[in-house]
Amino acid sequence: MNTDTIAAIATGMTPSGIGIIRVSGEDAFKVASSVFLKKNGKIPEAYENRKAYFGYVHDNGTVLDEVILLTFVAPSSFTGENTAEIQCHGGILMMQKILELCLNNGARAAMPGEFTKRAFLNGKMDLSESEAVMDVIASKNDLALKNSVKQLRGSLYEKITDIREKILYETAFIESALDDPEHFDLEGYPDKLSVKLLSILHDLEKLSDSFDDGRILSEGVRTVILGKPNVGKSSLLNILAGSERAIVTEIAGTTRDTIEEKINIGGVLLHVIDTAGIRESDDIVEQIGVRKAMEMAEDADLVIMVVDSSTPLTPEDEEILGFIRTHEKKCVILLNKSDLESVIGPEEIACYTNNPVIMISAKDETGIDELKEFIVREYSKGLLKYNDEIFITNIRQKEALNSAIASLLCVAKSITEKMPEDFYSIDLTAAYESLGLIIGEQVDDDVIEEIFGKFCMGK
Amino acid sequence: MIQTTFTEEYDVVVVGAGHAGCEAALASARLGLKTIVFTVSVNSIALMPCNPNIGGSSKGHLVREIDALGGEMGKNIDKTFIQSKMLNVSKGPAVHSLRAQADKADYSMTMRQVLENQENLTVKQAEVCELIIEDGAIKGVKIFTGGTYFAKAVVLCTGTYLRARCLCGEAITYTGPNGLMAANHLTESLIENGIELFRFKTGTPARIDRRSIDFSKMEEQKGDEKVVPFSFSTDPKSVEKEQISCYLTYTNEETHKIIRANLDRSPIYAGVIEGTGPRYCPSIEDKVVRFADKKRHQLFVEPEGLHTNEMYISGMSSSLPEDVQIAMYRTVPGLENCKIVRNAYAIEYDCINPVQLKHSLEFKKIKGLFAGGQFNGSSGYEEAGAQGLVAGINAAMYCLKKDPLIIDRSEGYIGVLIDDLVTKETHEPYRMMTSRSEYRLLLRQDNADLRLRKKGYKVGLINADQYNALLLKEKQIKDEIERLKTTYVGSNARIQDFMASKDSALLKSGIPLAELICRPELDYESIAPIDDNRPELPDDVREQVNINIKYEGYIERQKKQVAAFKKLEEKKLSEDIDYSKIKGLRLEASSKLNTFKPVSIGQASRISGVSPADISVLLVYLTDK
Repeated sequence: MNTDTIAAIATGMTPSGIGIIRVSGEDAFKVASSVFLKKNGKIPEAYENRKAYFGYVHDNGTVLDEVILLTFVAPSSFTGENTAEIQCHGGILMMQKILELCLNNGARAAMPGEFTKRAFLNGKMDLSESEAVMDVIASKNDLALKNSVKQLRGSLYEKITDIREKILYETAFIESALDDPEHFDLEGYPDKLSVKLLSILHDLEKLSDSFDDGRILSEGVRTVILGKPNVGKSSLLNILAGSERAIVTEIAGTTRDTIEEKINIGGVLLHVIDTAGIRESDDIVEQIGVRKAMEMAEDADLVIMVVDSSTPLTPEDEEILGFIRTHEKKCVILLNKSDLESVIGPEEIACYTNNPVIMISAKDETGIDELKEFIVREYSKGLLKYNDEIFITNIRQKEALNSAIASLLCVAKSITEKMPEDFYSIDLTAAYESLGLIIGEQVDDDVIEEIFGKFCMGK
Repeated sequence: MIQTTFTEEYDVVVVGAGHAGCEAALASARLGLKTIVFTVSVNSIALMPCNPNIGGSSKGHLVREIDALGGEMGKNIDKTFIQSKMLNVSKGPAVHSLRAQADKADYSMTMRQVLENQENLTVKQAEVCELIIEDGAIKGVKIFTGGTYFAKAVVLCTGTYLRARCLCGEAITYTGPNGLMAANHLTESLIENGIELFRFKTGTPARIDRRSIDFSKMEEQKGDEKVVPFSFSTDPKSVEKEQISCYLTYTNEETHKIIRANLDRSPIYAGVIEGTGPRYCPSIEDKVVRFADKKRHQLFVEPEGLHTNEMYISGMSSSLPEDVQIAMYRTVPGLENCKIVRNAYAIEYDCINPVQLKHSLEFKKIKGLFAGGQFNGSSGYEEAGAQGLVAGINAAMYCLKKDPLIIDRSEGYIGVLIDDLVTKETHEPYRMMTSRSEYRLLLRQDNADLRLRKKGYKVGLINADQYNALLLKEKQIKDEIERLKTTYVGSNARIQDFMASKDSALLKSGIPLAELICRPELDYESIAPIDDNRPELPDDVREQVNINIKYEGYIERQKKQVAAFKKLEEKKLSEDIDYSKIKGLRLEASSKLNTFKPVSIGQASRISGVSPADISVLLVYLTDK
């Protein structure tokens, strides 16, 4: 097995605040010593596990960038090997320069997916976890990774396992009847199987559709914040997210340009969907943003409307209030800017809707506790829907699901055409195996190639 | 042991002349190797000490595969059967299975003659008691009377004779089946050479005097009107003959009551039996205990031959004491006054843990030593014959320094059988079953020749005439399928009348004949009236054409599964890999893999204790090599 030292840029090849160059392998620290010096101009005497060193990267004495060096000693790293991570300033040119420097000092350029492959081979993660890494590669964020892994190991795994067990039971029954017809009777069996197939197919199709929706939404109370531009939606979001901010996933390629955010409010997980409207941008886009926000709100479990209490209601506000009145949504209206002189009070809002009204000031952070209490209270009373539906996010999973569905439809066709029962097992087995691919219970070397080949360089 | 200086030299020594030993000895001799076969009694060559039939569900497949490769079992039963039936005809073609009742004495005698008259083959009555092994390779065997037989290869087919012990209630005898002499000395030699042994158990029902049975209380079971021979070389006309009947009857609550009341006297339940019995061929005691809610169990009453009055009571094997046996058999309708000729009994014997073998059936650790049959922990004549054939062929290949014959799971039931034995750590007598074969739609009894004859030809057991006949058959099938796919019938009155007469949907436009065959209510034979230019073809060709067209979709899907299987089989694992050095593997997996040294990722994936995650690690490991 290769145990040489590899290096790659671990963050995306886009300009960003911080860029990370990851070096992994036996000689990772040797490479680090060749390119990094502490602020005092010295090489660290020893590299400790999980330690940060502040200093600079130099090329034969020429300082390139001020950086933080993070060191992980085997086996306590992502890959299970000695790992050095150089956190530099995020310019593409700088990242490339530092990488080149590492390559000139004993490291080899990593192959796609090679870090994860090493992590896998060193027993640091299993195959489905590796795949989860691929799924969240865009977020490049360890928290996101954990979340995705949890999802894969959690509800989806259970759901698929459950369906596979059902299929296995039917296969086993047919096989038993073939080998021991005296003790296992197939009389009336095809009809019974038909009914069971319908229910399994329903579950699988629902899973498959969850991909088509492009609703890459996971657990949580689906929450949308509505409000005209500049009423303080982003400030509110920032306050709510605060230090508890979990993950931000940008969902590229979906038709809805949204940011989705997980916020933990007193133990209630909110899945907040931000629309483009939340971003500060010119008026036209904002207009589209509000419309879009209302569209999103159609599917929401909780709508938070923000109103600027220092200025009179505008037609836009009225449009949103109209929306709230006509949609029976769990809703709360926040009268923001209570720090300023208010021209709107709860009674004005009451003309439009009976939903509760809370006075807040995003600036002074007042009224926020009330809002949190409201959410926790509604949730504990069971009045807030909580989305724990399972969904699939990855095209390979979808393909496997669809091929399982196709196989089960073949079984259904065999039943309709009154084929002998022994024919069912070919397609039942195929469905069983396809589903196994999703959860790593079935091995297919193509999947291995795919998982480790598709990774971006730095993972 | 008696010391003599008598020695002889052979290419191949076969120990045992049961169903495995016969196939092994014949294969080796027919491949031109100087061969000797030892048996404890020449009278027990190809003995059928249990059921009086060959074939049956999935076992019939094995017999046809043996025949396709050039073995003897199919030919021998074709010569000596007294009733024949194709089982499961209401099911799909994959599970159709041929079963023939044998005249046991005739079967044994006929096979004995084949052995005795086989060129290059010596038959010798003697007990082999010691293996001569030097530097990890077999050099020969010693027999009890003192002689030494040197050989390049040895095939062990000791069946149920090794340290055999028969139990009938409290009565225990130290004999092989039918009171034949047990082989008591070889075990020690096996242990000395580091071979791991199991102790297994099996059983057989009583034989009852036909004159004491009232058949009017039973249901008569006749043979098929049109008999299909087992052997692809047998002339179908030669199997047209008068057949005898079997009879169906049932146990009842009274039977079960007697059994339950006497369970403490059963050697199994009293703990006297040490060996593990087959779950899939249970004694009547087992059935009554395991299927406690079953009110009755089927029994088939089958003749042992034309020249005996003994009738075999299939479904009621037992090791209960004699007095309990008499009482329980007499509760069965038709057996009220029965007289038992031979008691039912259980037999215990030594066999090996078959995971010590390679797929060629050669011991991993002893070069030139092969094993086949019940000695490998299987059960059944057909399973034995199949392994004996492969072991015999590979002993010959070993002497000839050629590649061994290996049949994989997608090529035959024989492949499934051997792969299961050497991979799956079965701790009970292994019986072939349809459900063990993943690709059974491709592994039908009707196409065993198309699947395996070429391998038999390559090995050298199938002659040029048989091979050319196969090529012709392949061509006829291919051409006829092609013709049916490209021959259209139009929607004219004659055709529509025909469709109506078959309750089949009328045609909207022209349609290829092949598509009509695919309709559930039609098949190749039934559309003959509208197939004007149909060539005259043999029955077996017509059958293949029909199956291949009718089930094309299923066959194609199964082929895809086979392709996926083959991909993992083709990922070879070297014997030199030290699995403990691969960090991602779990401890259990790496120790199992180091013990087994699987030949491929595919085989590794079938070892219990090796999880899919471990296989992924191996796959990734291989990509790094």
